[in-house]
Amino acid sequence: MGLALLAVIWLITLASTYFFIAKTWWFPAGLSTAAAGIDHQFTVTFIAMGVVFVAAQLALGYLVWKYRDRGAASSPVEYSHGNIKLEVLWTTLTAILFVGLNLMGSPIWAAERFRPAKADALPVEVTGMQFAWYFRYPGADGKYGRTDPKLMDPSSGNEAAIGLDTADPAAKDDVVTGTMLIPENREVDLTLRAVDVIHSFFVPNMRFKQDAVPGLAIHMHFTPTQIGDYEIACAELCGLGHYKMHGMVKVVSQADFDKWLAEREAAKQ
Amino acid sequence: MATTAPIHAHAAPQGFIRKYIFSLDHKIIGIQYYFLALTSVFVGMFLSLLMRIHLIWPAANLPLIGEIKPETYLSLLTMHGTIMVFFVLTTAPQGGFGNYFLPIQIGAPDMAFPVLNMLSFWTTFLGFVVIIAAFFVSGGAPLHGWTGYTPLSALPSAGPGEQLGADLWVISIAIFCLASLMGALNFITTTLDLRAKGMTLMRMPLTVWSWFITAILGLLAFGVLLSAGILLLLDRNLGTSFYVPLVVVNGQIMGHKGGSPLLWQHLFWFFGHPEVYIAILPGMGVASQILSTFARKPIFGYKAMVYAIMAIGLLGFMVWGHHMFMSGMSPYSAFAFSLMTMSIGVPSAIKTFNWLGTLYKARIRFYTPMLFAIGFVSLFVSGGLSGPFLAQPVLDIPLHDTYFVVGHFHLIMGVAAIFGIFAATYYWFPKMFGRMMHEGMGKLHFWITLVGTYAIFMPMHYLGLAGHPRRYSQLTEVGYLHNLIPLQTFMTYAAFVTIAVQFVFLFNLFWSMFKGPKASDNPWESTTLEWTTATPPPHDNFGGHTPVVNHGPYEYSVPGAPRDFVMQTDPATTRAH
Repeated sequence: MGLALLAVIWLITLASTYFFIAKTWWFPAGLSTAAAGIDHQFTVTFIAMGVVFVAAQLALGYLVWKYRDRGAASSPVEYSHGNIKLEVLWTTLTAILFVGLNLMGSPIWAAERFRPAKADALPVEVTGMQFAWYFRYPGADGKYGRTDPKLMDPSSGNEAAIGLDTADPAAKDDVVTGTMLIPENREVDLTLRAVDVIHSFFVPNMRFKQDAVPGLAIHMHFTPTQIGDYEIACAELCGLGHYKMHGMVKVVSQADFDKWLAEREAAKQ
Repeated sequence: MATTAPIHAHAAPQGFIRKYIFSLDHKIIGIQYYFLALTSVFVGMFLSLLMRIHLIWPAANLPLIGEIKPETYLSLLTMHGTIMVFFVLTTAPQGGFGNYFLPIQIGAPDMAFPVLNMLSFWTTFLGFVVIIAAFFVSGGAPLHGWTGYTPLSALPSAGPGEQLGADLWVISIAIFCLASLMGALNFITTTLDLRAKGMTLMRMPLTVWSWFITAILGLLAFGVLLSAGILLLLDRNLGTSFYVPLVVVNGQIMGHKGGSPLLWQHLFWFFGHPEVYIAILPGMGVASQILSTFARKPIFGYKAMVYAIMAIGLLGFMVWGHHMFMSGMSPYSAFAFSLMTMSIGVPSAIKTFNWLGTLYKARIRFYTPMLFAIGFVSLFVSGGLSGPFLAQPVLDIPLHDTYFVVGHFHLIMGVAAIFGIFAATYYWFPKMFGRMMHEGMGKLHFWITLVGTYAIFMPMHYLGLAGHPRRYSQLTEVGYLHNLIPLQTFMTYAAFVTIAVQFVFLFNLFWSMFKGPKASDNPWESTTLEWTTATPPPHDNFGGHTPVVNHGPYEYSVPGAPRDFVMQTDPATTRAH
């Protein structure tokens, strides 16, 4: 029985670890400026926790096999109530490990979250509603026009869905889309809103996630580094259509972005 | 410590109803809690089976049930989580085994307040009836998840099941909170006041310590959830706006203004995180008790274990914000919550080291309770070590609300806690029912459950890394999920096998109750007080006398002692502590 336990615990450990190390299922490519820091912190944590995981499981398997009851052949049991030196040792070591990881990760968190967006960042407002994402660009005036809950008409989509008040001069040049177009290598200054329930704006490739909460306008920013199409998946349970509340981030060149925005502005006139 | 005749003593009841239904006897009440949890766990497991089937074969037409719609999937998920967390993981370890064995292990004839004890069980039972009723009302069960985030849970028009079903969900939880508060008071008072002569705090079995600290956590946490639930009911039915700002659902303006959705999250997780420890602490106590017993060796670092339980309980109240790193909460507060959460890994690691230390130079007997206790340690390590990932806000950016979280909490508070319950069942069944469980069936149950649960829950971590969000009823809409379907399919097959073997356990339980070989008073050669009395114990637990305690709880293999175990009541002449 001891040998069977050793074999099964070791096999489970090795199989679990193998699929992590082989990266059979792994993060999608990280294509924002923040991705490298986040991925590095993950790797450090993964190595530390992985070593502890493998060591603890191997030790458990070994101990139950080694010290199985073998009748008369067993060595005498060590009558011991513990060892204070060992307790102090492993308490200190785990405290250093866990608090150390925390301290290492904190600057990465602070770097993105404790500063406002850069002055040249592109402002985009993200609005979540059951079960769609809308993206608003403030236009040449750099100001978002007024929105009014009374004007919200989700079935008409885009401007009408978020209740844009066309009577407001600042709203004239606001562009609202269902797909997020952003230029590469330029920071995006997001304002996240939700009109009904909580949604979460999750773009795995950008290593970006932030809840959109009714009643709050949450400011966040990220910088995409590679042209391409990246999926958005809602990451907060928002109702029966949660699974299909997805969208696209299209990262394009600055020139393509300018051309697209100008076309959209022209179409509004 | 009570040395005079305890005021709560009551005569043995006559008649079936007073003896088995509205019983004041903590042992009967413990068994009632256990069977309530057993019913609940099979209901909860059945719901998870339907979920696993729906994920892989969304169009499947099931007998009697028909096709599962996406919103029904979310109802299954909500009810699975709620039933499992409240009516299984809180009910079986604490209400079941705690009720039965805490008084006996400290040498008391009953709980301090037997009537309150009966009331807390029947209140819990009422809560169970109400939550099950949510399936059958118009609109069905709610779809807002076991965490019930507002405004989704506060707006009847936000989705199917959010009408009467959601009200019943809140009411059931409020009832459960009341019951748990009553139970917690009883546990705390009993532990402090009814210990037998010689049962000092530092001679209490670690099971008693864990039930005691769990009761304190329950007393502090359930009151907050109860209040939060009442506010939610007011928001839903009386037009208040505690949790709901001005919102527009499908073009319709709701009549709320100025509320805060994050307030619910703070209140819920102020309960919700301690709840994790309410589920797992008794399992830690049971694992300690059983490892020591079957290793024939004193528990390694008894005092360190006691202080670790206390530290986990204390820190458990300072970490709730780690559920909210992506919520829009101030990013500065993430520092404090993260630091506290990482710190809670320290007492958890101490416990693991001490369990391994207990096995070192031991003489291990592999009976089924021991197998499940060893499985508990393995699962506790596996489920625990994904915690320090999620405790870091920067890693929550990719991992929060993905399957990585689902894998983490299922391994630690789901499966590890369930292994604690299984270990306790196989260990104490002889004392409770007077017969032994079948070892062969027990071992079959252990092996398949160990491998099966790893096969179900370890892959969830891989899914999470790949960015698979949780609570998705279909995997067809988001493109990058398509590659993950083979892994999801594997998990569903693993779930079939694992669920099937639970019926071996169920059969073993009932078969052994009537057909198992008769158990002696102390079949495992254990040391704690429940093994000094008759099997099953008489109405007043010790047949008219109060035990006197002379030793610590885990005196195994004491040099010079006549046997390889010294019971807590043995004369104080041996070298044992």
